[in-house]
Amino acid sequence: MTAISREDMAGGAPAAAAPGFVREAVRRHPTMVLGGAILLAAAFVALAAPYLGTVDPQALSPIRRLKPPSEQYWFGTDMLGRDLYSRTIYGTRVSLIVGFGVAFLSTAVGLAIGLVTGLNRVADAIVMRVMDGLMAIPSVLLAIALMALTRASLGNVVFAITVAEVPRVTRLVRGVVLTLRERPFVEAAVASGTGFFRLLSRHILPNTVAPVLVQGTYICASAMITEAILSFIGAGTPPNIPSWGNVMADGRSLFQVAPYLVIFPAIFLSLTVLAVNLVGDGLRDALDPRLARRM
Amino acid sequence: MIAYIIRRLIATVPVMGVVAIFVFSLLYIAPGDPAAVIAGDLATPQDIARIHAQLGLDEPFLARFGRWLWGVLHGDLGISIFTNLPVTRLIAQRLEPTAVLTIATMIVAIAVAIPIGVVAAWKAGSWIDRAVMGFAVLGFSLPAFVLAYLLILVFAVELGWLPVQGYVSFREGVVPFLRHLVLPSLTLGFIYAALIARITRASMLEVLSQDYIRTAQAKGLATRDVLIGHALKNAAVPIVTVIGIGVALLISGVIVTETVFAIPGLGRLTVDAILRRDYPIIQGVILLFSGVFVLVNLLVDISYTLLDPRVRY
Repeated sequence: MTAISREDMAGGAPAAAAPGFVREAVRRHPTMVLGGAILLAAAFVALAAPYLGTVDPQALSPIRRLKPPSEQYWFGTDMLGRDLYSRTIYGTRVSLIVGFGVAFLSTAVGLAIGLVTGLNRVADAIVMRVMDGLMAIPSVLLAIALMALTRASLGNVVFAITVAEVPRVTRLVRGVVLTLRERPFVEAAVASGTGFFRLLSRHILPNTVAPVLVQGTYICASAMITEAILSFIGAGTPPNIPSWGNVMADGRSLFQVAPYLVIFPAIFLSLTVLAVNLVGDGLRDALDPRLARRM
Repeated sequence: MIAYIIRRLIATVPVMGVVAIFVFSLLYIAPGDPAAVIAGDLATPQDIARIHAQLGLDEPFLARFGRWLWGVLHGDLGISIFTNLPVTRLIAQRLEPTAVLTIATMIVAIAVAIPIGVVAAWKAGSWIDRAVMGFAVLGFSLPAFVLAYLLILVFAVELGWLPVQGYVSFREGVVPFLRHLVLPSLTLGFIYAALIARITRASMLEVLSQDYIRTAQAKGLATRDVLIGHALKNAAVPIVTVIGIGVALLISGVIVTETVFAIPGLGRLTVDAILRRDYPIIQGVILLFSGVFVLVNLLVDISYTLLDPRVRY
C-alpha cells in the first residue's frame, strides 16, 4: 500500500500550495478534483515506472516463487517469482494507453462520421444501418471477435475496442447535429449564405464538443475495463507486456492460497476506472447544468 | 398496434443483416485455411483441394455468404473446427447455465434497482439518495471480475458460506443450485442494477417535478399511490429502455462471470473458442447473443405502446 499513499501525495501536493481558484474547484466539484488527482497520480506512476523502486517486471526467479507481500516484495511475487509490485506499476501504462488511446481515436472517428451522416441524408441512410448492426453486437463480444482475427498486440487491442465504441459516438454526434440543424442560429447562418465548411467549423462543431468530451471520458473508462476483460480471458494484451488484466489472469488459479496476486491489480484497476468516471461525471455536470440536475 | 409491431419487426431485418455480414466476414478473412485444418497433418495437397471443392471454399464471397446464410436460417451454424461437432449442438449443450444465470440475475436486479431508484428520487438529497448514487458510480467502476474475486474472498474463502465456483443444475437439487448461483448472479447483476437504479432515479426526478404529481398529493393520495401509480408509470419508458440496452452488459458480463466461477455455459464456450481460434463457434455465439439482444430491444419497443399510449407511430 506504500505506493498508493505515495500517489496521493503526488496528486495532492499542488492543491496544498494552490491559489484561490483551485480551492474553489475543490469546494464546488470535490469528486471531480479527487478523480483528476488520482488520474494525475496514475499518469505519474506510468511515466516514472522504472524509477519507483521497480525491478524488471518480466524477470523470472523460481527461487522466490509465491512470496507473500513483505518489506522486500511489497505486493509479493507470483508463481514464476516475478515481482508483483513492478508488474502492477508497469500495468498502469497499458491501461492508460488503451483508455486514452481508444477515447481519442473513437471520438475522432465517431465525430467525423457523425458530422457527415448528420448533414447528408444519403450517407445517413447507409452508414446508420451499418452502425445499428454493429451496435447490436455487445461491445466486448465485438472486440473479442476482432481480437480473434489478429494476433495479440497492444495496437490491435486499441483498434478492436475503438471499432466497438465508434457506433455510439457516431449516434451521439448525429443526434446533436440533427437537432442543431433545426436551430434558428444555424438556419440564419445558412440563410445568410455561410459556406459549408464555415458552417461546420463555426456553428456545428463547437456545439458537439461538450457532449463528445463527456462521452469520451466514459469511453475511456469502459475501454480500460474492456482491455482488462480481454487480457483476463487471454485475448488481449500479450503476456510479455504486464497489464492489470493479464496479471490477474496469471494469479487466478492460485487465488485461494495467494489472493494478493489478484487483489493488488484489481485495486489499481478499480481506482483508475473510478477516477475517470468521477472526472466524467464532473465534466457532465459542469458542461450541462440541465443534465446535472437530472442525473 | 399490430401494424406498429410488424414495422418494428421488419426494422430488425437490416440490423441482423449487418450482423450476419460481419459474422460471416469474420470467417472469410480469418487467417488459416479451414480445409487444411479439417484435412489434418497427413493431408496431401490433393486432399486439401478436394475438401476445398467440397466446402465450396473456392467460390466468390457472395455465393459463399448466400449458402452460409441459407444454412443459418435453417439452423445450421456449421461444424466446430476443434471438436468436429455441429455448432448448434455445442450451443444447445451450454445454453442452460447461461440462460438460468442471466434470467435470474435480470429479475433480481430489476426487482432491487427500481425500488431503490424510486426511493432515491423521492428522498432526493438525503443519505439514501447519496448511498444509491454512490452505488451507481461504484457499479460502473468495479469491473465484474474484480467484484467476483472480492465476493469469493469474503463469502467463500473467509466465511465459507457459499461455494467458490462451479454450477449445479436445478435437477440435482434446488438448494445446491441456488447456493452456486448467488455469487455469480451478484457479480453479473451489480453493474446492471447500478444502471437501472441510476436511470430510475433520474427519470423519477423529472416526473416528480410535474404539476400532476402536486395535484395528486394535494388531493390526498397516499405517497405510495403517488409514487407508483402516478410517477413510476410516467417514468417507465426510459427505465424499460435501459433494461433493454443493459442486456448488452449482461452478455459481456456473462463471459467474464462464467470464466471466474467455472460455469460451463455459453460464456465459457466463447472464451474456449477464442483461445482455440474456433471461428464457427465464435460466429454462432455472436449471432445468438446479438439475436437475443435485438429481440429484447424489439420487446422493449413494443412495450412502449403499453406504457405510453402516445407511442403509436
